[in-house]
Amino acid sequence: MDWFKRKRSVIAPQDRKDVPDGLWIKCNGCGEIIYKKELEKKLYVCSNCNTHLRIGSDVYISFLFDEGTFKEFAKEVKSADPLNFKDVKSYKDKYAATVKKTGFNDAVVCGTGKIEKQNVVMAVMDFRFMGGSMGSVVGEKIARAIDVAYKKGWPMIILSASGGARMHEGVLSLMQLAKTSSRLARLATKNIPYISVLTNPTTGGTTASYAMLGDVNIAEPDALIGFAGPRVIKQTIGQDLPPGFQRSEFVRDHGFLDMIVHRHELKQRIANILDFFKHKNPVAKA
Amino acid sequence: MANNTSKFVLEFEKPVVELEEKVKEMKEYALSSGVDMAEDIERLEEKTADLRKQVYSNLTRWQKVQLARHPQRPYTLDYISEITDYFEELHGDRYYSDDKALITGLAKIDKYSVVILGQQKGRDTKSNILRNFGMSNPEGYRKALRVMQLAAKFGKPIITLIDTPGAYPGLGAEERGQAEAIAKNLFEMSRLPVPIICVIIGEGASGGALGIGVGDRILMMENAWYSVISPEGCAAILWRDSAKAPEAAESMKVTAPDLVDLEIVDEVIKEPQGGAHNDLQSAAKAVKKSIIKHLQELEKIPSDKLIAQRLEKFDKMGAWEE
Ligand SMILES: [Zn+2]
Repeated sequence: MDWFKRKRSVIAPQDRKDVPDGLWIKCNGCGEIIYKKELEKKLYVCSNCNTHLRIGSDVYISFLFDEGTFKEFAKEVKSADPLNFKDVKSYKDKYAATVKKTGFNDAVVCGTGKIEKQNVVMAVMDFRFMGGSMGSVVGEKIARAIDVAYKKGWPMIILSASGGARMHEGVLSLMQLAKTSSRLARLATKNIPYISVLTNPTTGGTTASYAMLGDVNIAEPDALIGFAGPRVIKQTIGQDLPPGFQRSEFVRDHGFLDMIVHRHELKQRIANILDFFKHKNPVAKA
Repeated sequence: MANNTSKFVLEFEKPVVELEEKVKEMKEYALSSGVDMAEDIERLEEKTADLRKQVYSNLTRWQKVQLARHPQRPYTLDYISEITDYFEELHGDRYYSDDKALITGLAKIDKYSVVILGQQKGRDTKSNILRNFGMSNPEGYRKALRVMQLAAKFGKPIITLIDTPGAYPGLGAEERGQAEAIAKNLFEMSRLPVPIICVIIGEGASGGALGIGVGDRILMMENAWYSVISPEGCAAILWRDSAKAPEAAESMKVTAPDLVDLEIVDEVIKEPQGGAHNDLQSAAKAVKKSIIKHLQELEKIPSDKLIAQRLEKFDKMGAWEE
């Protein structure tokens, strides 16, 4: 597993906002205090309990792509606050503060690169940016990424980490479900593979569009995956939810995921699947 | 259904109704007493008409949401019975069950044979339980897709009538893939080779509405609402108080004119004064007229061009800068 040995210089330290600063990190699964450098080496998977700690798009990009091959595009696309939305504070202010805090312009990073020497186009969502919510920018960037895959004939991968559509853009956010799904339908006409990777959490409109539309749907272990949020369901049915409800294993066992893949194996398993689709069978002689 | 033997009155309508009742009382008194009150009655009727106009032409977004949810508002089956000359309901998703919250069927509207489908709410406790308050399970979306693909096979246009408070957030719905069912519909509807006209007739809540909402024309009734979440849901999350729903409705801009401004909706269908429930026949007539007009435009477009235009329509949706 060579990605273990690779240098992690690709990850800019200031981008690691999901993990508190300091040398030690507490696992949110078992409570074990782990040396941060050790956790980094393990791609933020707890050696004690196997919890896959939440990581940002930068970490995914650093271990999924062959070193130095990832080239980002559409980086400058930003929200235009189409509704001039206000709740307790204005969306404009909230957005600007999030841009400043995360260093991203929105909740998805799109680019091209190589995975085990195979060209791909990938969109990686980032939960740190307003809970990975999907608004116009996420929709537009993912649509563009799918179009790049369509034009180049390269496989498309979308990694989801999202609480769903962004309320601050109202119906425009909702329309991103249709926009991205219809682009995927166009991609399918060229028989270009699309792999969906679902991480914790993938819910709401994100699940009800591209996340569920993979030719192959892959999830990380124990990720929350569903349409309605657990609290809403609990409220609606007036009873407790069964253990493991809406977790990767549950969703796979009900028939909506092809596989659950450990983070340490994610790169290789994706590479194998891409290789499978690319492979040409011998042509029988007449 | 919407025949107002006892009309349900919304809070903001009360001043109008009070005046209407006063007029009625005066007329009854004049009749029984023989006193000539014609002049006074006429003045009061004018006043009532003025107030009615003032109230209904300055509705806030939240008031429109209330009209969209009016218990006497026409539902999918009411429109179907008014606008079609023939309707044969088709049941079942052919996998699991027949979702009564979403109706599908074969229909004739004027000279067009079409497939028509839409969410159906109930009018009383019993029918609301049967219809699950217009909230579909995955089977509803799968039935819709099956019937839309049937339409495509035989070259029939598709009419969808949207009226739902959301896809059902239940245990079974999650187990059977609510998200997958909606996602699949978005994917497949984008490439069906027949005209699709979507009409938001009441409530258009979130993915549950969009699951039958991808089309060549998006039409919306004057007092319908359509957004990514209900105003209550938005308020509960952002304000932590669902009583802030009126503010959320304002902030999210959920009404038909808003959606025209945002370039989501192609046309607003006018409703009778005070809402569609006040006059089902004329509301249905307006819906039918609009559907026919758009069918006439769409029938001329070859299917490959139709699909390309549909893709472009949705690709333009959203607002961003760079
Ligand atoms: Zn642990």
